[in-house]
Amino acid sequence: MKDEITREERVAGLKGMGCSRKRVEDARFTQGKGNYVDDIKLPGMLHGDFVRSPYAHARVKSINIDAAMALPGVVAVLTAKDLEPLNLHWMPTLAGDKQMVLADGKVLFQGQEVAFVVASDRYIAADAVELVEVDYEELEVLVDPFKSLESDVVLREDLDPKAPGAHGPRKHHNHIFTWEVGEEVATNQVIDNAEVVAESEMYYHRTHPCPLETCGSVASMDKVNGKLTVYGTFQAPHVVRTVASLLSGIEEHNIRVVSPDIGGGFGNKVGVYPGYICSIVASIVTGVPVKWVEDRMENLMSTAFARDYWMKGKISATKEGKITGLHCHVTADHGAFDACADPTKFPAGFMNICTGSYDIPVAYLGVDGVYTNKAPGGVSYRCSFRVTEAVYFIERMIEVLAIELNMDAAELRRINFIRKEQFPYTAALGWEYDSGDYHTAWDKVLKAVDYDGLRVEQAERVQAFKRGETRKLMGIGLSFFTEIVGAGPVKNCDILGMGMFDSCEIRIHPTGSAVARLGTISQGQGHATTFAQILATEIGLSAESITIEEGDTDTAPYGLGTYGSRSTPVAGAAAAMAGRKIRAKAQMIAAYLLEVHDNDVEFDVDRFVVKGAPERFKTMKEIAYAAYNQAIPGLEPGLEAVSYYDPPNMTYPFGAYVCVMDIDVDTGVPEIRRFYALDDCGTRINPMVIEGQIHGGLTEALAVALGQEIAYDDMGNVKTGTLMDFFLPTAWEVPNYETDFTVTPSPHHPIGAKGVGESPHVGGVPCFSNAVQDAFRPFGNRHTNMPHDHWRIWQTANDLGLHG
Amino acid sequence: MTDKMHVKLNVNGEDHEFLAEPRELLIYALREKLNITGPHVGCDTSHCGACTVTMNGKSVKSCTVFVAQANGAEVTTIEGLGGPDALHILQESFKEHHGLQCGFCTPGMITRATKLLEENPNPTEAEVRFGIAGNICRCTGYQNIVKSILSAAAEMNAAKEAAQ
Repeated sequence: MKDEITREERVAGLKGMGCSRKRVEDARFTQGKGNYVDDIKLPGMLHGDFVRSPYAHARVKSINIDAAMALPGVVAVLTAKDLEPLNLHWMPTLAGDKQMVLADGKVLFQGQEVAFVVASDRYIAADAVELVEVDYEELEVLVDPFKSLESDVVLREDLDPKAPGAHGPRKHHNHIFTWEVGEEVATNQVIDNAEVVAESEMYYHRTHPCPLETCGSVASMDKVNGKLTVYGTFQAPHVVRTVASLLSGIEEHNIRVVSPDIGGGFGNKVGVYPGYICSIVASIVTGVPVKWVEDRMENLMSTAFARDYWMKGKISATKEGKITGLHCHVTADHGAFDACADPTKFPAGFMNICTGSYDIPVAYLGVDGVYTNKAPGGVSYRCSFRVTEAVYFIERMIEVLAIELNMDAAELRRINFIRKEQFPYTAALGWEYDSGDYHTAWDKVLKAVDYDGLRVEQAERVQAFKRGETRKLMGIGLSFFTEIVGAGPVKNCDILGMGMFDSCEIRIHPTGSAVARLGTISQGQGHATTFAQILATEIGLSAESITIEEGDTDTAPYGLGTYGSRSTPVAGAAAAMAGRKIRAKAQMIAAYLLEVHDNDVEFDVDRFVVKGAPERFKTMKEIAYAAYNQAIPGLEPGLEAVSYYDPPNMTYPFGAYVCVMDIDVDTGVPEIRRFYALDDCGTRINPMVIEGQIHGGLTEALAVALGQEIAYDDMGNVKTGTLMDFFLPTAWEVPNYETDFTVTPSPHHPIGAKGVGESPHVGGVPCFSNAVQDAFRPFGNRHTNMPHDHWRIWQTANDLGLHG
Repeated sequence: MTDKMHVKLNVNGEDHEFLAEPRELLIYALREKLNITGPHVGCDTSHCGACTVTMNGKSVKSCTVFVAQANGAEVTTIEGLGGPDALHILQESFKEHHGLQCGFCTPGMITRATKLLEENPNPTEAEVRFGIAGNICRCTGYQNIVKSILSAAAEMNAAKEAAQ
């Protein structure tokens, strides 16, 4: 066979790694043919809806369901009493605590689930919710974690105050855990004797991932075959199956969990929620499918808050600006139940990455978790576990130290970066950073934005402001971040005991197309497009011929799911490794077909060629066919492979961001003039998808920094329960971003990729916040808390006396 | 529960008749009675625009329209804009410029964008941003959505010119 096309054309034809392949998902989404959980309609399906607590802390004296049950169309009203015989009135949380599924004697946050109404349609269910009569006795509400730690009021009466919790001893009945990393005595010694010390207290406010699709599930118990099927908004469907089996007693092979299309996750859909459990129980009780889909208010009030960290820091340095030590203490408000979605051994996630991108010789981190009358959650909202908190902390501490030193904050970063030759670098708080080249990235960004020119312009603006010629200040926000993603090595990362590996299974069909299934689940990241690109390059079949499937536990291999930017670092690695197994067998088949020794053929794009005789080759398509139609001595028929990948380390993407902002001191309105984002995520699989992830992550960062907040009043009422009050930026408020990159491949990942989806959020929040704070630096500002909404910015200006 | 009323709707060129409570929202009538599941529910308070459809020539948020108000109306949803054999230019353009990620806002966003370009066939970037400010996207940061719409507008205008 004469080869008609060039090698370059063969490479292009694969649509493999490195090209901006258009997304295969988009055909159905652009035509309204996505299949989200609320689109699922099963015969005889009933609808569930919750009675929720209007109080943040109250005793439930009685629940009367008679009027609700009398409403035509109502099938059942479940309360904790109904779930108790099944031992499902409480459920374990991912953090080793337990959480009420339905109120068992008391309620601990506003919006808590009290009863579950099941009816023939959503309107009747909603009507019946209003007819359930609950008699409450109000109790004292604790919304401040510091007051909670001193209060006589016991929030969790179910816990023995003297007994240790899941993460060791508890100091008080409202205390959850103390987590310490690093050397406190040594750190204090360094700080106490340092030439320069900067201190800051900062509150990283409570917020919420708020994907556009809320959480929901459809449970269907097939009593004839004893099989339970649960469709739902699950970022970790396989773990949900295991949990459902452990809780319900149904054997795991009789449970099928399916994540259909998911309308954004951002961490909201990692946890297990009472609605899932109630829909399952209701289907088991009624024998028909039961759907539960929360509305937006329920979503914001009850599922998966993020952040809520009160952070206190001390950083020391020499007079020249070389950092010598870092001390961090966090009071972490976990709400009513500790339902943080972190690997078991990390009750504050990877907060101990808080030394950031800097070579800091000694450090200490202490975190105290506290119960309050707020919703449970503590998810990683578009970040690896608590990394946004860590990076915000260090990037603010750097700014405060720069003020203390009277030094340029860009230069302060530069002289403290971990140097290229120090990688792999073991940080003071334990992590081994796999790779990095921070100085190159930083210099590239500062040059691109003409940093020195910006500082000159800013100084001129301050003078013009002082002369009364303008009412707008200019802020230059800097941030440099190192993420820690791809959890994780099974040796130190697990969720409910399940090691955090991931998986890929590939089946090549006789005609040279393929299906690959992975343990992850896309929520918009475009896995069906990008995983096929990894495989195309690895196995030499076009990405267009490779179907990617995820999310159905009956077909996909076990995996820990998609969050913490772990899909590419872990499942992407599994895909590459499975692809290499395919290639190894293909090599033997090719050698047989070409009548040479295995070692005499080599892989070339889409074929195996005889070494030194490129005209003699077998394409992967030919090899696939041969795998099914030839009896090859010593080889089984077929061409399949599976890989379970346990990463040897996390990956450490990094990036350098600059934001230029004008702030009107009289209205408090910030105007983003420029945002320049350089990301290094190692090997780039699909530049178009990477850029899209960066735009999205930056916009969620803008939201968090500039206004998005779950706020409570003193009574524990949620003040931001609808999109009227909870800030989601529109197209009108969002700037165009400039993106850039460097490539520092991960040395331990099979294809060198590091993950990117969450980096822009992690680096973006401090960048936006630093821009606001930098605008006020010439007037004495050291630190103001986020979110920097118009009112708070105005207030900062006012506090600094800028309103005359 | 109230008495049901007789509702007539023309959706994507097809006539439908059904009984519904007057309080039923148009979005649920479309999704649950007619199985038109392109438009989605994202917020219930008419902020997010995932439920956007065109009703009698205007963009509306179908989560805040009672089916009683919609009685007799002509409604166009994403399903009515284009299908596998002939995609609408905007559908193509969103694919081409990566104007979507999770896809949940996309039906409402594209439906709104078609109306926007009818209202203003040659919009500036600012006009596009203002014109879709009633539709929230949590994934894309809008940059590629704006690009998709501007590119579709240019293509539609070029096609119009070529036809003249």
